[in-house]
Amino acid sequence: MLPYLLWALLFIIVPILLIIYYSLCVETDSGLVFSLQNYSRVFQPIYLRIMWRSVALAFMCTLFCLVMGYPVAYIMASKEYARKGFLLFLFLVPMWMNFLLRTYSWLTILERNGIINSVLSVFGLPNIDLLYNEEAVILGMIYNFLPFMILPIYTVLKKMDQSVIEAAQDLGADSRTVFLRVTVPLSMPGVISGVTMVFMPAVTTFIVSDLLGGAQFMLIGNLIEQQFLKIRDWNFGSAVSVILMTLIIASVAIFSMVDKDSEGGALF
Amino acid sequence: MSEHLIDLVGVCKTFGQSTVLSNINLFVRKNEFLTLLGPSGCGKTTTLRIIGGFEYPTNGDVIFDGKSILKLPPHKRRVNTVFQKYALFPNMNAAENIAFGLRIKKVPSQEITRRVEDMLRLVNLRGYGRRAVTSLSGGQQQRVAIARALINEPDVLLLDEPLGALDLKLRKDMQIELKNMQQKLGITFIYVTHDQEEALTMSDTIAVMNAGEIQQIGKPEDIYNEPGNAFVANFIGESNIVAGVMRGDYCVEFLGRRFECVDKGFKPDEPVDVVVRPEDVRIVPQSEGALTGVVRNVIFKGVHYEMLIQGGEFLWKAHSTVMSAAGGWVGIVVAPDLIHVMRKVAT
Repeated sequence: MLPYLLWALLFIIVPILLIIYYSLCVETDSGLVFSLQNYSRVFQPIYLRIMWRSVALAFMCTLFCLVMGYPVAYIMASKEYARKGFLLFLFLVPMWMNFLLRTYSWLTILERNGIINSVLSVFGLPNIDLLYNEEAVILGMIYNFLPFMILPIYTVLKKMDQSVIEAAQDLGADSRTVFLRVTVPLSMPGVISGVTMVFMPAVTTFIVSDLLGGAQFMLIGNLIEQQFLKIRDWNFGSAVSVILMTLIIASVAIFSMVDKDSEGGALF
Repeated sequence: MSEHLIDLVGVCKTFGQSTVLSNINLFVRKNEFLTLLGPSGCGKTTTLRIIGGFEYPTNGDVIFDGKSILKLPPHKRRVNTVFQKYALFPNMNAAENIAFGLRIKKVPSQEITRRVEDMLRLVNLRGYGRRAVTSLSGGQQQRVAIARALINEPDVLLLDEPLGALDLKLRKDMQIELKNMQQKLGITFIYVTHDQEEALTMSDTIAVMNAGEIQQIGKPEDIYNEPGNAFVANFIGESNIVAGVMRGDYCVEFLGRRFECVDKGFKPDEPVDVVVRPEDVRIVPQSEGALTGVVRNVIFKGVHYEMLIQGGEFLWKAHSTVMSAAGGWVGIVVAPDLIHVMRKVAT
């Protein structure tokens, strides 16, 4: 117990307290002074818009990942599908590569002289702007975070007691009913952790939006990065971080409330 | 009692290289309690799953009420299954589990409520409807599983070792309850177990299986008293199995002595298995015994003593309410009609 406490204190509690401390101060000539000024700044329209955009994009990304990821997980977990090892491998390989590299590769596909536009010009079609917009950012997010949706759902489906499925069939349920009444409810813990694992990095990302959204494209992650590394206003950056953290905790709480009974909600 | 409800005709099943069932022929009558009995891996569960529609036989046919049901998926068969580990839906409470089949058939909700209540009463779980199934004990979960299957009023109920996970006392109670339910509801039961006592207690008919083949089908009394071969004799109850030779009709020789028996029709000098139940081994004073031996071991078993008697090469197992002290010499007598002579099983 004690080593764990020490570990938690050192790596979790102290940093969080530090951030909260910074967020509640402003820098003056006579050093750090207590103030709520940072927080009132966060709620200015310009920053609220950035926050809204971050949440909206992360939500879209999570939704797409769920819609695309669930069928893949379902197919991989079904016992008829023989090549699941290979398919799983295909989904995991990109994760072993550097995040930055993976995102850069989309740049070469989408950019003005990139692969797609080169193909288009071969057929004499006009070039299209694929980069530096919300769609490109969402695409980059989906590509990077999709495995985080597939894996937990796959794990839950794989471990699901096959006899429960058979019991449902036995009681007269056709395959559609089995899926809706048994498979989906029982896979909710996997869906919840998948949604959490996609939504959280998506709402905080700054690399994807930086590379695929362009320098003008601001998400909450970019804002924090900018405050800490470029403008060096640690106090305001901390305040944004605290708000972001609250936002994430709130959304995780909402996710778990959707499915109270499952293990996914054990956090609350 | 003569109408066949289910017929298995030459059913075979192979998984890859291994043969699980070879040429199973079996019929089940209406309202019959049939037990598939055998050691684990004998193919009894696979047979049940073929009837339920969860496995497709490699060969052969399953006839239900005169029609082949091989093409029917599980949800269209008029049978319901009680699974080995209950397979309750963990996301539903007990009443919702029981109601599942009716909900799918879109039965009006008032009727569902009423029938679920009836079922809960039938399986002695009144007032447990709203409990999460994960909070129920093994025996209670078992009852929910039975109620969930029975509420659909199936023609046949398939039960796959339903009492395997319960303790002895509960198992005995549930055996009687299940048998009562079966008689009261008039439903055909096909019951899978490896527990010979359970099979003897509950069944109208027992099919003893081993290595994917049916060894013997018959009434419990017949299976016990007239086992068809040494495997059945050994699996159903305890047995002394001695190698012997038929010396003619009504005469078998084993352990160097000739005995009168009630079997005939063997080839001259055909090697056979001789089976004697422990309770049929009569212990007499040494001078009166057809065979003699020394008592090696005495174990108190409750209603009787179990004695191991070394008679030459062979170690007899004898059950008697009278104890013979270990180390003493005794005689052994077996009545002619208690000597069961069987053809050797080709293995």
